[in-house]
Amino acid sequence: MSLNVFLQNLINGISLGCLFALIAIGYTMVYGILRLINFAHGDIFMMATFFAYYAIALFSLPWGLAFFAAIILTMLLGITVDRIAYRPLRDAPRISSLCSAIGMSFFLENLAIVVFGGRPKPFFRPEIFNQTFIISDIRIQSVSLITPLASIFFLLILTYIIYRTKTGLAMRAISKDFDTAKLMGINLNRTIAFTFAIGSGLAAVGAILWALRYPQIFPFMGMFPGWRAFTAAIIGGIGSIRGAMLGGFLLGLITIMIVAFFPMYAGYKDAFVFILLIMVLLYKPEGIFGEE
Amino acid sequence: MKKKNIYLLLNIVMILLIALLINIVQSKFDPYVIRILNLCGIYVILGVSLNLINGFTGQFSLGHAGFMAIGAYVSALLYMSPELKEMNYFITPLIWPFSVIQIPFFISVIAGGIIAALVGLLVGTPCLRLKGDYLAIVTFGFSEIIRIIFNNLQSITNGPLGLKGLPAFTNLWWSWGGAIFTIFFISNLINSSYGRALKSIREDEVAAEAMGVNLFYHKVLSFVVGAFFAGIGGALLGSLVMTIDPNTFNVSMTFQIIVIVIVGGLGSITGTVIIATIFAILMELLRAVESPMNFFGTKLPAIPGMRMLVFSIILMVVILFFKRGLMGGKEFSWQQFFQIFFRNNKAIEEDS
Repeated sequence: MSLNVFLQNLINGISLGCLFALIAIGYTMVYGILRLINFAHGDIFMMATFFAYYAIALFSLPWGLAFFAAIILTMLLGITVDRIAYRPLRDAPRISSLCSAIGMSFFLENLAIVVFGGRPKPFFRPEIFNQTFIISDIRIQSVSLITPLASIFFLLILTYIIYRTKTGLAMRAISKDFDTAKLMGINLNRTIAFTFAIGSGLAAVGAILWALRYPQIFPFMGMFPGWRAFTAAIIGGIGSIRGAMLGGFLLGLITIMIVAFFPMYAGYKDAFVFILLIMVLLYKPEGIFGEE
Repeated sequence: MKKKNIYLLLNIVMILLIALLINIVQSKFDPYVIRILNLCGIYVILGVSLNLINGFTGQFSLGHAGFMAIGAYVSALLYMSPELKEMNYFITPLIWPFSVIQIPFFISVIAGGIIAALVGLLVGTPCLRLKGDYLAIVTFGFSEIIRIIFNNLQSITNGPLGLKGLPAFTNLWWSWGGAIFTIFFISNLINSSYGRALKSIREDEVAAEAMGVNLFYHKVLSFVVGAFFAGIGGALLGSLVMTIDPNTFNVSMTFQIIVIVIVGGLGSITGTVIIATIFAILMELLRAVESPMNFFGTKLPAIPGMRMLVFSIILMVVILFFKRGLMGGKEFSWQQFFQIFFRNNKAIEEDS
């Protein structure tokens, strides 16, 4: 394989990895605080693309504004999901909130089928994402360059919120010890709602970038990236934000590189990802960065 | 006669009654009703076997669809006739030993179960060291690996094209016979010393180990038994729907079974049986909401997907308001049944 092709694949892998990282953070934050696998996260991701689609198609907003509106709406959706499906079950055994997450995932998928229709829709791609740069034989789509930049921008905002603000401190306190945090006067429900809002907002960013990369949206589109991102969160160490970022990058790179180096095994690429997951869990059950 | 013997007699009478009922339904009712009842029986097999792993042993497994896929494919490869196989594998021919053999349905179903159990042993041995959510993810990952492999191994599984036109062997005798056998086997297992060990693992692993329960052995045991019945359920399902492809056995399939188990009550076979039956019937009844309706004179058009939406709303309501499931770990027993019966009689006598 020539260096050019390798670099091209590397950039592709990094940009896919960024998307996984953005989605994985939503899983890892909710798990860190509630010890709950939020199965509905992939469907929140899917809803975000439809919000953006309809903001452009129905209300003919300029794309920047439409994407912003979609992110805000998705954050509200995340808060609503928490309010309806998870908050009533805070004191119930963990298995019932897990079941509630599965139910919510069913509900969102089927709601999307009824309201938006099951047929795949083409996602609008603004001109700026459509260009292809050619630098000495390396062809790079602009979306592959913009994705990492946008992801890094949002990840920096996230790091600021978590490590430099009062709310971030409250979130970290809750994930360390639920009851003590409560005793210290932290408003649990508000902080958890805030966590869901941030996680869903990042998922929305990831979703829009995903839809720009693979411009076709349909109600079950959240399943595949959702599970991949969740795998990434576990490989990195669930509950750890650094871990989710690292896991996402790794996963994106590995999936792209397997296809690049072993094209005959391309069909098995997801199997390799899961084998990697099982290996990581068997030898280092808490993931690369452990539970924080 | 001792009370225990009476209850045993009642059980036998009950089974004979069910057999009589199956006989009548199988010959008199129309195929649509029979098909739904078959599905009920298969869901009972799948639900009860998952309840053994998730409810009684407390190991959260998300891998049931993988075992079902193995059962369905292994049995189908064994009971399909060579001509049918040739028709199905028109792109990549089937490899040698499978392309010529054909054995009776019963043996191939059992073979499907046994292979699923062997794979369960293979997967369970390393994975059951993990706990809680990690185990859930690993088992999920494993069932996805099976799905991906089945999608790619064209010379054995025919890949994403799947197998079509499978002979319809599954009838009520198979499905409900299998269901009754599963209930009988697993409830006896639960009431044996093995079952007490499994329940003690669910309640407290450290305490169980301190009492001398071999954690690893019992976890693997329950996993393997669960996988065996999942394989049988998958084999019967394959012959009922008459067409299988790897993507039938995706994570939604596992979720359906998990929903049955949790709504019925973790650790309650009775609850699982009731909910599995209701589930299969409800999914058919809800087809009504998808067809065009006359609502107070206004015509509502048909809305595709409405059935699953209504189903998921019902599911959410049940989860939010019945947190411990229908039975919540309790079982049906003749003793309680009579207690309720006699208490009511007494109340009536007192009233008069």
